[in-house]
Amino acid sequence: MRTLRLTVNGEQVEVVVDPRTTLLDLLREQLGLTGAKKGCDHGQCGSCTILVNGRRVTSCLMLAVAYAGAEVVTVEGLAEADGLHPVQQAFIDHDALQCGYCTPGQICSAVGMLRELADGWASAVTSPATTHEIGIDELEIRERMSGNICRCGAYVNIVAAIAEAAR
Amino acid sequence: MKTFEYVRPSTLSEAVGLAAEREDACLLAGGTNLVDLMKLGVEQPRLVIDLRTVLESAVTSRADGGLRIGAGTTNSDVASAAAVRAHYPAVSEALLSGASGQLRNLATAGGNLLQRTRCPYFQDVVKPCNKRVPGSGCSAREGDTRMLAVLGTSPACAASHPSDFAVALAALDAEVQVTGPGGDRAVPLAELHRLPADDPSRDSVLGRGEIVTAIELPPLGPSARSRYRKVRDRAAFAFALVSVATVVEPGKVRIALGGMAPRPWRARRSEKALRGAALSEASVDAAIALELEQAQALDGNAFKLALARQLTIQTVLELAA
Repeated sequence: MRTLRLTVNGEQVEVVVDPRTTLLDLLREQLGLTGAKKGCDHGQCGSCTILVNGRRVTSCLMLAVAYAGAEVVTVEGLAEADGLHPVQQAFIDHDALQCGYCTPGQICSAVGMLRELADGWASAVTSPATTHEIGIDELEIRERMSGNICRCGAYVNIVAAIAEAAR
Repeated sequence: MKTFEYVRPSTLSEAVGLAAEREDACLLAGGTNLVDLMKLGVEQPRLVIDLRTVLESAVTSRADGGLRIGAGTTNSDVASAAAVRAHYPAVSEALLSGASGQLRNLATAGGNLLQRTRCPYFQDVVKPCNKRVPGSGCSAREGDTRMLAVLGTSPACAASHPSDFAVALAALDAEVQVTGPGGDRAVPLAELHRLPADDPSRDSVLGRGEIVTAIELPPLGPSARSRYRKVRDRAAFAFALVSVATVVEPGKVRIALGGMAPRPWRARRSEKALRGAALSEASVDAAIALELEQAQALDGNAFKLALARQLTIQTVLELAA
């Protein structure tokens, strides 16, 4: 067992963990933050997606002990003082969910993805000739969000929500 | 998951010392393959050595115009590096075609090279597998062979290497910088991974305690063009059935095949046939056919031969145009 200190949704936390504990397990089981979901537990579904040091990551494959000092943001920490995060609001406005299981992961992934886009990162569908700002279209959103599965099939509205949030 | 001790060495030499001393240790960087394998019970280290703070994790341009990629650099950071996008587009294309955004933000360059096969029988601990348990047999050959290799296999093992990045690096004649108990050495990327032969259990030529520190790319001539193309069952988030990395320069073509072998496969026979030759559908087709003569396809993956042929022709001609 090891003592671990990290920041979660702006708050410093200190926990004692078994080295086998993933960041996902830590958030859900010890910190009561059940937004991030255990869908596949192998990095393939994206429902465990959170933001660590500003980047979207699959928390089920991260050993908590390896992330001492990290800044973690979960879906529970996205809302601003005066209202929901624009991506959260867009998901509601566009009915981008059915059962809601994949939704926290979709939202965190979208937030991370929009930052990657703003940082000028290309994707597999970005034309190699693009040297200026990358345009966000349906093709780009679908490619960049391909790490998040939705078994209810809410993809059409998820894409619409993200397209709106990107504006 | 079996319990383990976690250690974060403060220097690379400390990491080397620990890794050399402990046969029951595994090296951790991004963890996107290791932690997955630990959950599956395939890897059961008693000691996990975290390398992230001691590995070089940036992309730097060399004075000769080449590139140095720190082994700790994330896939995302390598793919988005200006020098990579501008001068080695095949590397960026390869990385962006792999995994998902979340995984690319964690996975590192060194870990990408050393990731283990996704053969479903290797990953399932109840199935006989010569790579996982030497001598236990191979259950893949009589089972689902779709993702398996057609080149460089042996009766003991036909597992393919899953990395896209490694294929692009192989075509570009990359060199892997390694440090270990015996000092530093450089290994050509194309020779890093072992072919199974009689002992599929060892994936690479790295010895105990050896750690990949960087990948070096030689400078490309001004007229060189490179490309990576991947064919798979889904439009995204799937491993290659067949992929091709190619570098085309006047009078010289380099071709590396992915999804076809236990390591990125430099099509040396094809390259020799095309040296100084005019590139046309006929000449490239003949050249790749020459390479694939040595292929040993299984029932479920024989389609890879025609696919590799078509993909190579298209990709080379696209760059030759």
